[in-house]
Amino acid sequence: MPQTLEACAPQHQPMIPRMTPVTRFIRESEDVFTFNLAPERATSFAPGQFNMLYAFGVGEIPISISGDAQNPELLTHTIRAVGPVSAALGKLKIGDRVGLRGPFGAGWPVEEAKGFDVLLIAGGIGLAPLRPVIYWLLRHRAAYGRVGVLYGARAPDDLIFRGELEEWRRTPDFQLRVAVERAGPEWPGDVGYVTPSLSKLRFDPADTVAMICGPEVMIRASALALEDAGIADSRIFISMERNMKCAIGHCGHCQFGPLFICKDGPVHSYDRVRKLLACREL
Amino acid sequence: MKDIADLLRHHPFAEGLDEDTLALVAGCAKNVVLQPGDYLHREGAAADSFYLLRHGAVALETFVPGRGAFTFLTVKSGEILGADWLIPPYRSSFDARAVELTRAIVFDGKCLRGKCEADPRVGYEMMKRFIPPLVKRLQSARMQALGMYDAANA
Repeated sequence: MPQTLEACAPQHQPMIPRMTPVTRFIRESEDVFTFNLAPERATSFAPGQFNMLYAFGVGEIPISISGDAQNPELLTHTIRAVGPVSAALGKLKIGDRVGLRGPFGAGWPVEEAKGFDVLLIAGGIGLAPLRPVIYWLLRHRAAYGRVGVLYGARAPDDLIFRGELEEWRRTPDFQLRVAVERAGPEWPGDVGYVTPSLSKLRFDPADTVAMICGPEVMIRASALALEDAGIADSRIFISMERNMKCAIGHCGHCQFGPLFICKDGPVHSYDRVRKLLACREL
Repeated sequence: MKDIADLLRHHPFAEGLDEDTLALVAGCAKNVVLQPGDYLHREGAAADSFYLLRHGAVALETFVPGRGAFTFLTVKSGEILGADWLIPPYRSSFDARAVELTRAIVFDGKCLRGKCEADPRVGYEMMKRFIPPLVKRLQSARMQALGMYDAANA
């Protein structure tokens, strides 16, 4: 089951934002940016958890933490500017402040995956919530079997964390395949949809834990591809998005059948949600 | 030194193929080595062959005036390349360019079509091997056409 590390439980007053300054801002691509926040006190989080970020005067949105869980002094978020709040966050400068609530939710099963091969499948900005898992795996590499990452994006210009992608590509005993949907002749990697590249990774399906993050269409297709490869659906974990508001399971905005995405997720085991994913009324 | 039937036997395409059929279709095949940048076929040219990639990678491209070549799919070792030889007017729809040193088994499409026509059992064996990857590519192409990565904001 997805986990919430005890130390990463929400603060005692989870509805009150903490004024938190931006300490670093990185432009990842045309519409994606990363910023670091330095909270007054260290904020432990588990890979896969999210914060609610409030752009004052505009609104509040849930954003997964994309930084290193071993560094609770710094909260890193990677955001695509698609709406008014994310666009407002994209205009922040170093020293500007945002309202911060969190961390919330259940994260990736990094402890439970120890001893297993681990596959990560990310689509678009879905790499951001999985980056803390990659940091974790690299830091605790001996505790896991084979590790593979598949990352799909629209085009080479849309790739995020490019410097780290190159580092990970050179990392021994770490399989990385990046597939873009279209590219010029200079692109050396895979072109096409992300799931066919799964066949190029080495893993033992009977002993593999997989984690998927991206658009829900991609999640469904990837989960089926993993099942076809022989991975049990109880060992496939997905991170879901819904309209989250309170982030603590009170308001009901993110209700998903019997679940609240904010509280019971955002990470769920696939066997728990696969029937719900097929329900279009949800 | 391996003959063409040996090379074919070790390609996933031939998995489960009986020895007689394998020997029959191997008569239409030969081994090729392509250097990076070599074109396997060009858009609009006669589609008279298909390839089983043993090693390497090939980019499928189309040329956009003023913008250059765009790759929409890379085909890798263990996969098949080329479907236009199957249907009239047997004309290549796209460019195919080796992006690294590539070793492949190339089939004479006309030769293989003739053997399939002569023996429907062989034709059915070939169809069973062509349809699954083609359907999977169609499914992937639909996903690419949806441009779904635009919607993600995790």
